[in-house]
Amino acid sequence: MRKRVGIPLALGAYEYLPLWQTFFEELGAEVLVSQATTKEILDRGIEDTVSDACVPIKVFQGHVAELADKVDFLFIPRLVNVIDNKVFCPKFLGLPEMVKFTMSGLPQIIDVRVDLRQGRLRFLQQCHRISRLFTDKVGTFLRAMRRSLQQLRRFRRLLAQGLTFWEARRRLGRRQTRFTHRRSAEEAADHQLRIAVLGYPYAVYDPYINANLLKKVRRQEATVLTADMLSWRRLLPYSGGLRKDMFWTFSDRALRAGYYYLAKGLVDGVIHVTAFGCGPDSMVDKLLDLASLQHSTPYMTLMIDEHTGDAGVMTRVEAFCDMVRRRKEAG
Amino acid sequence: MARIGFAYMGTVPIVVKMLLEDLGHAVIVPEVPTAKTLSLGTKYAPEFACMPLKIVLGTYIEVLERGADTIVTTGGVGPCRAGQYAQIQEAILRELGYDFEMIVLEPPRCNILDFLGKIRRLNAARKSWLGVYRDIMKAWHKLKALDEVERLSHWVRPRELRRGTTTSVYRRCLEWLDRARTIEEIDAARERALSALRRVPIDESRDPLKVGIVGEIYVVVEPTANHNIEENLGHMGVQVERSIFMTGWTKENTVRDAEGMSHGEMIKRVASPYLPEMIGGHGQDSIGNTILYAKRGFDGVIQLAPFSCIPEIVARSILPRVSEDYDIPVLTFFLDEHSGEAGMITRLEAFVDLLERRRGARRGSLKAV
Ligand code: SF4
Ligand code: SF4
Repeated sequence: MRKRVGIPLALGAYEYLPLWQTFFEELGAEVLVSQATTKEILDRGIEDTVSDACVPIKVFQGHVAELADKVDFLFIPRLVNVIDNKVFCPKFLGLPEMVKFTMSGLPQIIDVRVDLRQGRLRFLQQCHRISRLFTDKVGTFLRAMRRSLQQLRRFRRLLAQGLTFWEARRRLGRRQTRFTHRRSAEEAADHQLRIAVLGYPYAVYDPYINANLLKKVRRQEATVLTADMLSWRRLLPYSGGLRKDMFWTFSDRALRAGYYYLAKGLVDGVIHVTAFGCGPDSMVDKLLDLASLQHSTPYMTLMIDEHTGDAGVMTRVEAFCDMVRRRKEAG
Repeated sequence: MARIGFAYMGTVPIVVKMLLEDLGHAVIVPEVPTAKTLSLGTKYAPEFACMPLKIVLGTYIEVLERGADTIVTTGGVGPCRAGQYAQIQEAILRELGYDFEMIVLEPPRCNILDFLGKIRRLNAARKSWLGVYRDIMKAWHKLKALDEVERLSHWVRPRELRRGTTTSVYRRCLEWLDRARTIEEIDAARERALSALRRVPIDESRDPLKVGIVGEIYVVVEPTANHNIEENLGHMGVQVERSIFMTGWTKENTVRDAEGMSHGEMIKRVASPYLPEMIGGHGQDSIGNTILYAKRGFDGVIQLAPFSCIPEIVARSILPRVSEDYDIPVLTFFLDEHSGEAGMITRLEAFVDLLERRRGARRGSLKAV
């Protein structure tokens, strides 16, 4: 029987799912990705998590609970560093333990430590160790590495074309991915509003916890621009004159993306999605707010929590987009 | 000559004041933070900023209002927010229209030139490097004396015969140390303070409960932030031991010290089965120190953390298991601008009750054997 690996569709998965999934599939495992967040998932997560944790962590634990009795392994990597000197939020650093010590009845956890500062070789060794849970063949392992990285690159190319996580994932699922050229931000039709929706991928792309924000914005005849649509290389120069960058990978990216879109005049409005109880976000929010003010661009913070309501978000998005549109038409 | 203000934290202002004055500055000494300070900070800081940031921001506003034109603070490196405080606070204060210079001292091992450059800028008296070095060593000396005196007060307070004596003696001790300006004076003041505390009438026979305090540095060290927890516990007859002292902390974070390292390493070693990763702030230390307290036979541990403090939330998730494995009760307080002293005292009393009952039960069963 093939071994089953569960991947909770939360937190880092919104960034790396294609990589992880392909890796385990190529190793011959059967991969079970949890379904998109639902009320039940969140409720289960709330039960298991310390009450002071942020919503995304609760969501994560909910997904873990969802998968726990269906798989042989749970993949909960410890993301430490992937770029530059940036690290992930301390909750990512302690994620495997937060799960292990608050929940019971879990299958074996695969908790590879991803820290590219230690060099690619070290990383490769660790991946190899994981692969041995499934196969002894080095060839299979190397092929899995290659293919999964390929898949990640394709995924990122799709994002760069303006697709959301879900759209890109669907497209990847097809055997032949066509890279049809979609309108990028620069080319969006004039009558369309361009709204930057910034925040962590797991807040921006989780339609349950943000009450379908992206769809709602698009329904206002607006093009959505996210931070993931910009490659790191493009973002690098946009530090906004901070004396000290954000230490955290996702915070840093959201902030740079904001500076990028604002400085290039690519957006008519900025929505910052932030999670209740998220520490790092309070910094990002303040800085984005100040930057938008400087570029006289309307700015809205949308805080998501356990009780984010559909109607409330709708009203706020409508009002915001109306305001942005009026300002755009006025001049 | 600049008029310098800085943040308030425990007994640190006494030392920073002396150092800056030695370097030739007028110093606007921050007042002890009050509820007003916190509410000032809360008003202008982002809602989810951690409480230390808010208190410190409030303090900055107060010193700027009193005429400071420069603020000195320390940076720090990730992965936690403290390193970014300065930047955010500066942005907020500028937005409020204050005109000032902000000097952020990063730990010297990050960038030694930057550090020295800033020290030079702070050296208004144009002293030689040796002179500056001596001033810094003197400040360090004073900080150590302050820590020593405070430690002793933790031992005396739960044994005092008349409630409140220790606290009032301790206040005087701080004044003596504040006034001491040379190494000799500091030594004399320390001796005087230690013997004054030793003369506080105590009940020698008492065997107070022992509670260790772990958590995030600012709320552990600054009584305003933790509702005077040490004093309150002392008055309940509990001897507290704090896991973080300024000299301990600064030591490990600035220069490598054989002894300091080994304690730090010990913490890491015992913590690693529960949390192998350094997650920033004091998350891993909270776990490691809890285990060390348990091994030393403490009756309980209290974890203090600002609301939404990330590393402490991680620690909080793991501590219940530690508490179970090592059979030591752990009580956690997440503090924010809404938490009140009365509520804390109620919970503390219940906790102390529990510890007493546990101790009674343990001793009882020993006798039975
Ligand atoms: S970055 Fe914020 S939302 Fe994400 S895990 Fe950390 S605290 Fe939670
Ligand atoms: S350790 Fe806690 S209080 Fe300190 S900066 Fe980090 S989140 Fe804030």
